[in-house]
Amino acid sequence: MKRFAGLFLVVLCLAGIVWADSALSINGAGATFPYPMYSKWFDEYHKKNANIQINYQSIGSGGGIKQVTEGTVDFGATDGPMNDEQIKAYQDKHGSGILHFPTVMGAVVPTYNVPGVAKDLNFTPEALAGIFLGKVTKWNDPLIAGANKGVNLPANDIVVVHRADGSGTSYCWTDYLSKVSDEWKQKVGKGTSVNWPVGLGGKGNEGVTGTVKNTPNSIGYVELIYAESNKIPYGSVKNSAGAFVKASLAAVSAAAAGAAKDMPEDFRVSITDAPGNTSYPISTFTWLLIPAKFSDAAKRNAIKGFVKWALADGQNYAESLSYAKLPKEVVTKELKAIDKIQ
Amino acid sequence: MSSRLRWRKFVSGFMLTMTGVCAVVAVAVLFFILGYLVYHGGASISWNFFTKLPAPVGETGGGMANAIVGSAKLLLLATLIGVPIGFFGAIYLAEFSGGTIAFVVRYAADLLNGVPSIVIGIFAYSLVVLPFKHFSTLAGGFALGLMMIPITLRSTEEFLRAVPGALREGAMALGASKWKTISTVIVPAAYRGILTAVLLAFARVAGETAPLLFTAFGNRFWSPGWNQPTASLPVMIFTYAIAPYDDWHRQAWAAGLVLLGLILVINIVARAILSRGIAVPRS
Amino acid sequence: MATSTTTVPSAGPVAGSRSFLSRLRNGDEIARLITFLFAASVVLITLLLVFELWQGSVLPRHKFGFNFFRTSVWDPIFDQFGALPFIYGTLVTAGVALIIAVPLGIGAAIFLAELAPARISDTLEFFIDLLAAVPSVIYGLLGVFIVVPLMREYIQPGLKHSLGFLPLFQGPAYGVGFLTAGIVLAIMVIPYIISVSREVLLSVPRDQREAALSLGSTRWEATWKVVVPFARGGIMGSIFLALARALGETMAVTMVIGNTPTISASLFSPGYSIAAVIANEFTEATGDLYLQSLIELGLVLFILTFILNGLARLLIVATSQRGAGMGHT
Repeated sequence: MKRFAGLFLVVLCLAGIVWADSALSINGAGATFPYPMYSKWFDEYHKKNANIQINYQSIGSGGGIKQVTEGTVDFGATDGPMNDEQIKAYQDKHGSGILHFPTVMGAVVPTYNVPGVAKDLNFTPEALAGIFLGKVTKWNDPLIAGANKGVNLPANDIVVVHRADGSGTSYCWTDYLSKVSDEWKQKVGKGTSVNWPVGLGGKGNEGVTGTVKNTPNSIGYVELIYAESNKIPYGSVKNSAGAFVKASLAAVSAAAAGAAKDMPEDFRVSITDAPGNTSYPISTFTWLLIPAKFSDAAKRNAIKGFVKWALADGQNYAESLSYAKLPKEVVTKELKAIDKIQ
Repeated sequence: MSSRLRWRKFVSGFMLTMTGVCAVVAVAVLFFILGYLVYHGGASISWNFFTKLPAPVGETGGGMANAIVGSAKLLLLATLIGVPIGFFGAIYLAEFSGGTIAFVVRYAADLLNGVPSIVIGIFAYSLVVLPFKHFSTLAGGFALGLMMIPITLRSTEEFLRAVPGALREGAMALGASKWKTISTVIVPAAYRGILTAVLLAFARVAGETAPLLFTAFGNRFWSPGWNQPTASLPVMIFTYAIAPYDDWHRQAWAAGLVLLGLILVINIVARAILSRGIAVPRS
Repeated sequence: MATSTTTVPSAGPVAGSRSFLSRLRNGDEIARLITFLFAASVVLITLLLVFELWQGSVLPRHKFGFNFFRTSVWDPIFDQFGALPFIYGTLVTAGVALIIAVPLGIGAAIFLAELAPARISDTLEFFIDLLAAVPSVIYGLLGVFIVVPLMREYIQPGLKHSLGFLPLFQGPAYGVGFLTAGIVLAIMVIPYIISVSREVLLSVPRDQREAALSLGSTRWEATWKVVVPFARGGIMGSIFLALARALGETMAVTMVIGNTPTISASLFSPGYSIAAVIANEFTEATGDLYLQSLIELGLVLFILTFILNGLARLLIVATSQRGAGMGHT
């Protein structure tokens, strides 16, 4: 009886191996910023192409860069573009290059949980830098109150929440702070993983959202869709033209307008603190990191096919998830660049 | 009765009652955990949970079917790796070896047992994931199997040693060779204890999360074969619990209930087997 | 029945030194060889593990040396890595856990070993063993949804109100932090203290107890002044075991500690532990120095738990043998 059960189990397993292997499995990992978008995309693409399974794990942009360099995943994803050192490291390790492909654009918003304040707050660059440097410690500090006349801010301690993992969202946020605050630039700098002066660490955009949602008097930075879908308030930020702008698709597109025309060949560009009256100052592209060389022809074709789809049909899903579509000029340029994938 | 004696008696009664309170508190925690999981998890368990794949972020209606199957595959692999090494190694220790080698092997097993599970994850990453250039069920199963080895080894050795010498000697007197004695007399005599050891080791690794974080990684779809990343119940619980979506929280509770239920059932069964089995003197 | 397998190599020309191959035909030799290979593989794997940890941390060991343990800056951008905040967090949470778990655990063990009738003792022990089997991630789940809100809403404000003059209980009440992690760890290690202490207490020979009682001591005095000191070594051992478990805990801690590398006198402050930082940052450590610094942290943790486990076992074995040796006079 026991022998029969054992044999049955073995047969089941072997059957499992044989049956399941017919799907082409592609693995990617990286940014949590576009995860709601990507999980929808890969799900839809799988429905249209049942034999292609693209498994994406949102472990943070730092993880995406690391794992695609190690070669343990087929592609990566990041909202903080790889710097020259990292690109060289990839080149040295694999003998071929790595390509950045922008997929959508999004906004990083300052989200908060202040008891008694349901309105949208206005944040100046000085206030944000001060809060995250640990110099502005109370909600009713003049730097915050000054921009929010008529709002009753409590005298409570601010609980800062940042990312505990290596994050492109952090990259965008610190990139912005480095541009608007010399002190931040010198003390902390910009990157996916910095030495935060103050605050709690949450894992992924998901973790930060969860922490802010559950912690009174907290403030964190997350991608727009995370604040919206969890119904937590997020504030407006003063842009370089002096206007307080609340993150929206139009405002993000306005921020990207200048960059779209001057997009470099490798698509690595920063659009934080962009000029323009209606631009949202903390916007960013998000990129897929795709190796320039694939030894496996099936995978290469599958990925190329997916990128083409993402740049066309895929863009239609973006706005309902609060991501901004790519500017047309960028899409045209990318479609040409797909041929670089060998 | 002098007042000093009265005081001493009072202290005695009081302290002994306090110890009773401690014991009750400790046990109450267990029941609280169980109760809470049953309450929250039970409310979230649904047919969807067992049969559906995870839905895209933010959408409801997804399930953990792939995580359940993934965990099963990982545990199967872990057992295939951990049990033979532990079992045969224990036979060597109990039946064949001399003092020094036995000491070294036991020391190594205890060392392995004490390694924090996250460090086992690091080891499996550098040994299996990097060379193969893949996160995989294989790597995850390897990591879990490593953790099963010391438990299986030490317990099996104890139970083998506890088999009465008379059985051994009887078999040898009848002319059986050593390995025949082992396979037909000693192992069957100790089989209940060995089974218990295997079940307990299995239950121990069933709940392990840390070693899987960078070996089995994770998968939103079914994981084909053994060389692809796979979802697993413990990792899903972790991922869903720290996320902000209420639907994911509900699924985390359900998964927690399933996982804990499985582990507790295995533990209870294992102990039941043992208590009804051989009369092994408690060491 | 075995055929050519005689255990006495008497007959035949090559009496004393049968060749390896011919010995192999003896079923016992094969069995011995095979089982030896399995046993040896355990040693090999363990050696390989230690080797990988040592090799994998060569860069930070050369660059920072012992300064690794004295610096508290963890800055991947400027390539500065110091282990101090993580060691601090690991030790503080384990310390808090022990302060809570040891009195409770020993108290419960005394009850189970001395007072409770055998059946109740065995039944309760059964439940406590089940508590030890609950996986870490489930504790984390309960920690995030039950303990953290409880801490944030009631316990931390309460402590601040009553004991806020102590630097231990100052600072904002986040809910997560050293104290919360310590409490969750305490629940996780209590079963280890209870079950090992109970065994050790049970192994104390009856005469010790009876001698004390016959001299007129109360039951508590007999227990506390005679039995427990006799079993002192084993009880210490159980504490070391619990400590080793608490140091290596990953999931439950990373879900409730706040994930911030800080050194702070306040128990309300968020912090970080060695296991938690490895879990959070390992998959994304770009750059060799970063990754190897994490591996060096793993090595540190490994050595700590290794020493503690070794000490624990020595103490427990020594106490049990003491008890067994004096059992019959």
